Amino acid sequence: MDLLRFITAGSVDDGKSTLIGRLLYDSKNILIDQLEALERSTKNREDGSVDLALLTDGLRAEREQGITIDVAYRYFSTPKRKFIIADAPGHVQYTRNMITGASNANLIIILVDARLGVIEQTRRHSIIASLLKIKHVVVAINKMDLVEYSQDVFNNIVIDYTDVAKQLGLENVTYIPISALNGDNIVDKSENITWYEGKPLLDFLEEVEVSSDVNLTDSRFQVQFVIRPQTEELHDYRGYAGKVVSGIYKKGDKVTVLPAGIETTISSLEIAGKDINEVFAPQSVTIQLADDIDISRGDSIVKSENLPQVSNELEVLLCWMDDKPLIPGNKYYLQHNSRLVRSVVKQVEYKIDVNTLQHLPLEGNVKLNEVVKATIKTASPVVYDPYDKLSVNGSAVLIDETSNSTVAAVLIK
Amino acid sequence: MSQYQLNYLEQLENESIHIFREVAAQFEKPALLFSGGKDSITLVQLAKKAFAPGKIPFPLVHIDTGHNFPEALEYRDWLAKEVGATLIVRKVEDTIKQRKLTEPKGKFPSRNWLQTYTLLDTIEEFEFDACIGGGRRDEEKARAKERIFSVRDEFGQWNPKLQRPELWNTYNGRIQKGENVRVFPISNWTELDIWNYIRSEQIPLPSIYFAHERDVIEHEGQLVAMSEYVQPAADDIIVKKKVRYRTVGDMTCTAAVESNAVTLDEVINEIISTRISERGETRIDDKVTEAAMEDRKKNGYF
Ligand SMILES: Nc1nc2c(ncn2[C@@H]2O[C@H](COP(=O)(O)OP(=O)(O)OP(=O)(O)O)[C@@H](O)[C@H]2O)c(=O)[nH]1
Ligand SMILES: [Mg+2]
Repeated sequence: MDLLRFITAGSVDDGKSTLIGRLLYDSKNILIDQLEALERSTKNREDGSVDLALLTDGLRAEREQGITIDVAYRYFSTPKRKFIIADAPGHVQYTRNMITGASNANLIIILVDARLGVIEQTRRHSIIASLLKIKHVVVAINKMDLVEYSQDVFNNIVIDYTDVAKQLGLENVTYIPISALNGDNIVDKSENITWYEGKPLLDFLEEVEVSSDVNLTDSRFQVQFVIRPQTEELHDYRGYAGKVVSGIYKKGDKVTVLPAGIETTISSLEIAGKDINEVFAPQSVTIQLADDIDISRGDSIVKSENLPQVSNELEVLLCWMDDKPLIPGNKYYLQHNSRLVRSVVKQVEYKIDVNTLQHLPLEGNVKLNEVVKATIKTASPVVYDPYDKLSVNGSAVLIDETSNSTVAAVLIK
Repeated sequence: MSQYQLNYLEQLENESIHIFREVAAQFEKPALLFSGGKDSITLVQLAKKAFAPGKIPFPLVHIDTGHNFPEALEYRDWLAKEVGATLIVRKVEDTIKQRKLTEPKGKFPSRNWLQTYTLLDTIEEFEFDACIGGGRRDEEKARAKERIFSVRDEFGQWNPKLQRPELWNTYNGRIQKGENVRVFPISNWTELDIWNYIRSEQIPLPSIYFAHERDVIEHEGQLVAMSEYVQPAADDIIVKKKVRYRTVGDMTCTAAVESNAVTLDEVINEIISTRISERGETRIDDKVTEAAMEDRKKNGYF
């Protein structure tokens, strides 16, 4: 059975948490005691219904305010598939938490309130989806019950969003009219929305093809940890433990160690101590090399026939995620998978307006939730691929040297 | 299905191994918090695989409430030897004496909450900078919100409103002196995933996970094992029942479930068909308030 990771996004109160609650509820993935707890905490409601959003809004502050602050993860399965859901907050203030959840998603459900249509936060989350290259987008037009299940309302929103999608280069967009509150087109086909001929949401989630999302062509591997048992029988053992970020490796492959640029051959491949001939992404493996080379954490081992970029000057898009502003010229750690290098943000060229997508000149410093194009210089070279080509090797974060916070998402151009 | 495709359990396993290796590389003194339950047993298996053919490069630490199932203790000692890991045991009993803590009272006096004190003292004693735990996000709604690398301040406190962004598979473990990170490598596993993994890896478990006869008292619909640690009331009836455990915690706050399942397959079948969650069915101390877990975590709990 395979696994689909998806996230719900969209503006405040568009019904993200309710949708997840409804999915779990109607697919019978809520257990009795969880339901009882839910009933207890919503017993004050006038109509006696339960508030399905409380299934994911697990923090005290969230329940008090009826909003989502941080991502919640929920797990469920149907006979066809396993799902990991990230329920993201809609508030602008918590966009960094939304990005946290979105960074690992194969699919994003962007909710739109049928009464309000496409608004700023819909665009903001759509931009994030497009920057992060999330492969599959579902636009769920919610609260159809409040617009009399009107096909015109639905069609107009589809027209509006199609524009946004075109601008952002989002392909694979699917539109579904739903009512998360009442369960229309979530698990079962709606009886109220007779004009809609597509599938309900869950059917779509069960069937969308995601296995081809893993890149098996460009072989990338980064050393996380060097295994050196130094026991009598394993005296000379030096295994480079790490994850196959993308591609396939075979025993005997000619490889290059970067950034040093030294060529050698793979002498052995292991998974959990067992010898194996071939490994592929995203397996966690251990590589041994034919030659003794100085290799440490963060170095890359790639096939010599297909090399990534190596540079200490990076053109990047930054999503700024810290309350403290980015001050051009400041130094940060750049963490690219397991490679940590010191870096300085040399220059910020422009910022992207989330409403119009225009490139605007930067006035003052870069503030929380702003997306900017910048140039970063690193103290030692980074081995990468452009994010748009191979996202798993083109993403990084910036870390504030003094507070240790993760302050920016870095997408390498 | 192409030959280059992982099923979901393999995906989870590979993700967890990746996390283990990040911990070993990023921290100077990590420790694996070992309770003797199935989640920490799974952690040990994953750690073994992550560092093979080397040994697990950190100690196993047991914060011992003194209210253990003897079977779990036996298993703990056996496993530490089996994997060649150092086992560190620190007792809540000693913390209670040293710090003059007040022992909980009542019929089922749970020291669960007092473990936090012992844990924080142990972290300080050994200067652990990362503690690996077996928490899963499917267990409880506060856990569902916690990052895989969860930074705690010098009092061990979790601040749910100020969590670091955690993007892709990039884990930022940088901390100030005195702070520490709680790491949850099996965050994305469900209870059923754990059981299926135990089956596919053929990991031996403590015998109390399988059906056996035991003296229990019925308490608000739950079955609590008779032991020297519980104080039954005069009108409590002690009955012999065939039970197994779904989780292994303290004898005073873990309930058993009636069962005839003596093999892993049978246990898994029962888990698949149950309509009650793991915590709901087995924890006696969790229903106190809606935010019990969040509050405990804010105070330094696992
Ligand atoms: N009538 C109607 N109300 C809905 C529907 N879906 C959600 N709601 C209501 O909209 C309100 C907000 O729902 P939530 O699910 O908390 O919204 P959210 O998008 O998760 O909000 P944040 O996470 O804070 O951004 C609640 O009162 C829901 O009951 C729907 O389909 N129809
Ligand atoms: Mg919400």
